[in-house]
Amino acid sequence: MSSPILRLVAQRILLGMVLLLAVSVLIFAGTQILPGDVAQAILGQAATPEALANLREQLGLNDPAWLRYLHWLGGILHGDFGTAQSSGLDIASSISTRLKNTLFLAACAAIVAVPLAVILGLIAVRYRNGFVDKLISGLALASTSFPEFFIGYVLIFVFAVHWQIFPSISTVDESTPFLERLQAVVLPATALTLVVLAHMMRMTRAAILNVMQSAYIETAELKGLKPFDVIRKHAFPNAIAPIVNVVMLNLAYLIVGVVVVEVIFVYPGMGQYLVDHVSKRDVPVVQAVGLIFAAVYITLNIVADIAAIVANPRLRHPK
Amino acid sequence: MSKELEYLSRRVASGKLSRRDFLGRAAALGVAAPFANSLLSSAARAAGPVKGGTLKAGMVGGASTDSLDPALDASQVPFAFGKVWGETLVELAPGGGVEYLIAEEIGASDDAKTWTMKIRKGVQFHNGKEVTPDDVVATLKRHSDEKSKSGALGVLKGIDTIKTDGGNVVVTLKDPNADLPYLMADYHLIIQPNGGMDKPDAGIGTGPYKVAINKPGVKYGGERFANYWQPDKYGHADQVEIIIINDATARTAALQGGQVNMINRVEPKIVDLVKRLPGVTIRAASGRGFYPFNMFCDTAPFDNNDLRMALKLAMDREEMLTKILRGYGSVGNDMPVNKAYPLFTEIEQRKFDPEKAAALYKKSGHSGSILLRTSDVAFPGAVDAAQLYQQSCAKAGIKIEIKREPGDGYWTEVWNKQPFSLSYWGGRPTQDQMYSTAYLSTADWNDTHFKRPDFDKMVLAARGELDEAKRKKIYRDMGEMMRDEGGLIVPFFNQFVDATGKGVEGWVDNPAQELSNGHALIQCWLQA
Repeated sequence: MSSPILRLVAQRILLGMVLLLAVSVLIFAGTQILPGDVAQAILGQAATPEALANLREQLGLNDPAWLRYLHWLGGILHGDFGTAQSSGLDIASSISTRLKNTLFLAACAAIVAVPLAVILGLIAVRYRNGFVDKLISGLALASTSFPEFFIGYVLIFVFAVHWQIFPSISTVDESTPFLERLQAVVLPATALTLVVLAHMMRMTRAAILNVMQSAYIETAELKGLKPFDVIRKHAFPNAIAPIVNVVMLNLAYLIVGVVVVEVIFVYPGMGQYLVDHVSKRDVPVVQAVGLIFAAVYITLNIVADIAAIVANPRLRHPK
Repeated sequence: MSKELEYLSRRVASGKLSRRDFLGRAAALGVAAPFANSLLSSAARAAGPVKGGTLKAGMVGGASTDSLDPALDASQVPFAFGKVWGETLVELAPGGGVEYLIAEEIGASDDAKTWTMKIRKGVQFHNGKEVTPDDVVATLKRHSDEKSKSGALGVLKGIDTIKTDGGNVVVTLKDPNADLPYLMADYHLIIQPNGGMDKPDAGIGTGPYKVAINKPGVKYGGERFANYWQPDKYGHADQVEIIIINDATARTAALQGGQVNMINRVEPKIVDLVKRLPGVTIRAASGRGFYPFNMFCDTAPFDNNDLRMALKLAMDREEMLTKILRGYGSVGNDMPVNKAYPLFTEIEQRKFDPEKAAALYKKSGHSGSILLRTSDVAFPGAVDAAQLYQQSCAKAGIKIEIKREPGDGYWTEVWNKQPFSLSYWGGRPTQDQMYSTAYLSTADWNDTHFKRPDFDKMVLAARGELDEAKRKKIYRDMGEMMRDEGGLIVPFFNQFVDATGKGVEGWVDNPAQELSNGHALIQCWLQA
């Protein structure tokens, strides 16, 4: 490893952290501009002037905004997100189980979807414009075009109702053993895989096809390599950067954007948690979840950037 | 032959013969399977509850923001789970009247202002302590305190003092109210140790199940409470569970796949399909909820009773019932109460009469179209209902213009603000509460602007009247007045449509609320 790479990587990570800080300011400011006052919101119609004053004192609402922001940020750095207004439960502990569930489901879907998408993309390039290519693209695009809830219902109908081999309800908790947990997420993970597959597959195909136009690919073909070896050894490594980018985007989607699938399969993840609290205007929870989602997005994007940097031979082997 | 079958079915019910063997023998005797099955289920009921197993309900109406504090219960899941772990002083009995739980009896003074409730002895909380009158007083005090934000606050507003008197609790009211026992059946008023003052969401009550799983918005579970005071009546399954399934299709699939034993809120649209699923039984109970078309009695052109009557007569109630609710309901009679209410008297049913409607419309002198506002959120099928109404009005020569309002803001900007709109009422346990909530001149939610001092007087007179026959007569007169002079058109009352899966026995239809007034989990059992 040479210094330019390290420097670039460090730069990206630093930039990501600054970005996250900026997002936290935005989130905090956004919830401050909301009309009304938190104490008023908590007490509702029953608010008397004394109760309001007491609660404002207790919540530290009399401090200036920047001080409250620092308190909030400090708490988060210590893993303290505060308590939910609606249920009075500790946010950090409620989120941790839900976040674990969400990550587990996303990981299960990703483990299947990412390799599958890349392999399908490679195969599509190998047989480009032929029947196999068209079949793969057609099926993948069709599965992406169906709305998630439709795919979910079809899976439930076939596997949970008709054959009854997988449960239609994916409710899991901390005490659920690993194998049972795995069985519970089979259907939602399949639905998610079908949703994200086409995007990654098409991107892989496009990126590699782009590289395939290069002169060195022609050289490789002329020196008699098998078509698949040409793709695997020469085209794919040079197409990694755009592929990683789109894979990361889809991973982020798997973590922050799956509320519909969660509802259909009754899976206790972050999406449903956020929606419930938004509808009750539970600001501390919305802030916390918003920040976590932002962190996920930024982290995955940093990973994509770093992968692109590391995958760039010109940076890896500087003159 | 039938005697032999009956004998065999009893043997199945008592567990001496398997269901499969029974059906085989029944077939040998030349009996078709559906009939044999129905014989079996009646034998099961007669043989009494079967203990054991886990009974699961899949329900809509829960969120991760819910808490176990019964004062804050506002949706179906906390309501139903409350019935699992807690008990109120009394319950609304399925056939009308009250069922006594923690209160053994309730008696009133002659002026209906002082009520004495005898507290049952030997009822235990889950923490081992016995229920005392002090716990009851503390509970009522907590819920009547504004700070508790209790959903029962409105119900308890008329209470002046709450005191213990030996083994009794004595409540005095500011004004006479003959309905107090019904008010005590409010589902928020679960009796808790020291009224829940120490820890309102502890989930400790006197119900047949102890709270075992508490995951708001995901799952609730109860484990049978060994010292429950009436084990023969409630608490047959070893464990009960509520799984929150807010999506209607997922709920049906879970029932069909056998992951839950019962579900709530089967949509009228799909009832006929669900009914055909093997092993599934639709449990429809007529309730007190209704879907009114509200006219403001004090706003032109609806301030003219001839026009109001014309619009009432132009409603084809039968058609509405079959097309919008697919028959899962009963026709309305332009008053907010029906036979699901105690002390109700039938009044002649209003029928669709386009000729008479046309004549009255002409007499009212109104011309031009009438604007009706509707929205999807008013009730399921509200937009279709408005269109059907438009057509039946056209038959009487009345032109209705429909404005479809956005769902967001319908309850703040349209309902109770615009003179002619569609709405929804869930009903109340007593006629007095229903009329007081929405048809007194002073009521905040007077959504038909029906302001009649003579009507107000009747409401108050009925409230303080202990003589049932007299009360019934006043309620009949009030109903008639609503029907003939009020501002609401009621096409239908809806039903609670729930469904149970294979082997669920012991269901009792209850008009008070869905899932047999929330009792389904504690009163049903699983027949092998």
